[in-house]
Amino acid sequence: MAFMGDIMNPAPLWQNGPSPGAFYNFPGNSSSLASNHTPQDFKAHSASPITTTTTVIGVKFDKGCVIAGDTLGSYGSLARFRDCPRVMKVNDLILLGSGGDYADFQYLKDIITQKIIDEKCIGDGLQLKPRSLHCWLTRVLYNKRSKMDPLWNSYVVAGIQDGEPFLGAVDKLGTAYEDAAIANGLGAYMATPLLRDALEKGPLDQEAALALVRKCMKVLYYRDARAFQRYQIGVVTAEGVTVHDTEELQPDWSLAHMIHMK
Amino acid sequence: MFRNQYDSDVTVWSPQGRLHQVEYAMEAVKLGSATIGLKNKEYAVLIALKRAVSELSAYQKKIIPIDDHIGISISGLTADARMLSRFMRTECLNHRYAHDAPMPVGRLIALVGNKMQICTQRYDKRPLGVGLLVAGYDDQGPHIYQTCPSANYFDCRAMAIGARSQSARTYLEKHLTTFIDCDLQELVAHGLRALRDTLPNEVDLNNKNVSIAIVGPKTPLRICEEEELSRFLALVEGEERRGGASATGDAGAAPPRDEGDDRDPQVAVAMDTE
Repeated sequence: MAFMGDIMNPAPLWQNGPSPGAFYNFPGNSSSLASNHTPQDFKAHSASPITTTTTVIGVKFDKGCVIAGDTLGSYGSLARFRDCPRVMKVNDLILLGSGGDYADFQYLKDIITQKIIDEKCIGDGLQLKPRSLHCWLTRVLYNKRSKMDPLWNSYVVAGIQDGEPFLGAVDKLGTAYEDAAIANGLGAYMATPLLRDALEKGPLDQEAALALVRKCMKVLYYRDARAFQRYQIGVVTAEGVTVHDTEELQPDWSLAHMIHMK
Repeated sequence: MFRNQYDSDVTVWSPQGRLHQVEYAMEAVKLGSATIGLKNKEYAVLIALKRAVSELSAYQKKIIPIDDHIGISISGLTADARMLSRFMRTECLNHRYAHDAPMPVGRLIALVGNKMQICTQRYDKRPLGVGLLVAGYDDQGPHIYQTCPSANYFDCRAMAIGARSQSARTYLEKHLTTFIDCDLQELVAHGLRALRDTLPNEVDLNNKNVSIAIVGPKTPLRICEEEELSRFLALVEGEERRGGASATGDAGAAPPRDEGDDRDPQVAVAMDTE
């Protein structure tokens, strides 16, 4: 009875063709790749970051948030690119800053920009809110890390959520939290204590927050070998989002000779 | 077999420029019992007339909750409505998962509209035979949307669909300007009066055949239960019935019915409509 084939597992009548009532997916296009993954399909594209940026810091003040990050793209320990802006206006409510792999940031920046354009095209006047973007980043980053291909960034999302300041962080694993002061990378060790000290003394106003962030950038420039003297500051308030022109801090190394390494 | 030469398929045009299959699907909405949606500055309200298939059965559900801030009321093929409501629920959940925020009502309706359009343009599909009234609340305030099998959708201040809903629409049009400033009680009372206008003389509203859903600021979608329902019904109890469905009204054109059946003339189709 071999000529009858396997009755229990009959061969499909129809293969590789259009199925009735569905769009035909040509083999190898993006939608047919979306399913049927095998372990061999996963590629670790960013097993390690290449062009990196260092700390991005964010702090809340009474009517908004400030974000700052320097503009250096490092190639390992080589200070390779000196104009890598990474404080981004998303829309009138959201400011985004990134630390980590610069290419991954550019990739996600393009996606976010397109997301905002798509939203404008709907034309219903609704705008993405910071908490929504924060949540969305969590999902995207966690999804990528689950494919063993993380986007090697940590993000700071600042904005105005229903009239109130919002500040949140997401890292490359999708771990997320909200806080009044956020700094990643080396800044987590050197800037957060400064930021928290200032916040404990009472709520900041915009002037005080900007001064605080500038001080942090200076400290980081002194102590973090991957930091740079030129940096960007962005401010978000109910009035909108502004990303300032690149600022250059004026270091004073006259005390440097007093530091002795043992 | 066919009513005319040009309705064999949804994709066939008639020489008059009409798509007969789509128009037939629009008729399915009128087979379901009436349902009304209206809103004021804060709240959106759905009010529906429920039917029981027989004396022995329970009244069929007309209002389906979609999310905390969106509810729909259906008229037409129940099965199609369930498919659409499942789709809407999925979209709302996905939006919450990805954005940690409730789905904007207008965006959900646009998705539903696109989904319903596809099957008006493909030879291997049929239009959905259901109309929806969607009540929702989001950052832009309360919304009432109407969707049709023709895949049109409309942002409404008030709307009524379903059997004999013309009388309700007449009532709503007459009082349209008062809705926006009245309070929730008055709003529901207006809705109940409009719904009562769709009833034949011998039937009246009671807490078995009426369903009310309310959504608003800090008010997650609520489908009113016994006690609250009775309180709302008391608002219009004893009021003089209006001319909407009297013997001289629109029912006059319909053929005389054979029994004291309080339901609308039923078309013999092998499908449930609510």
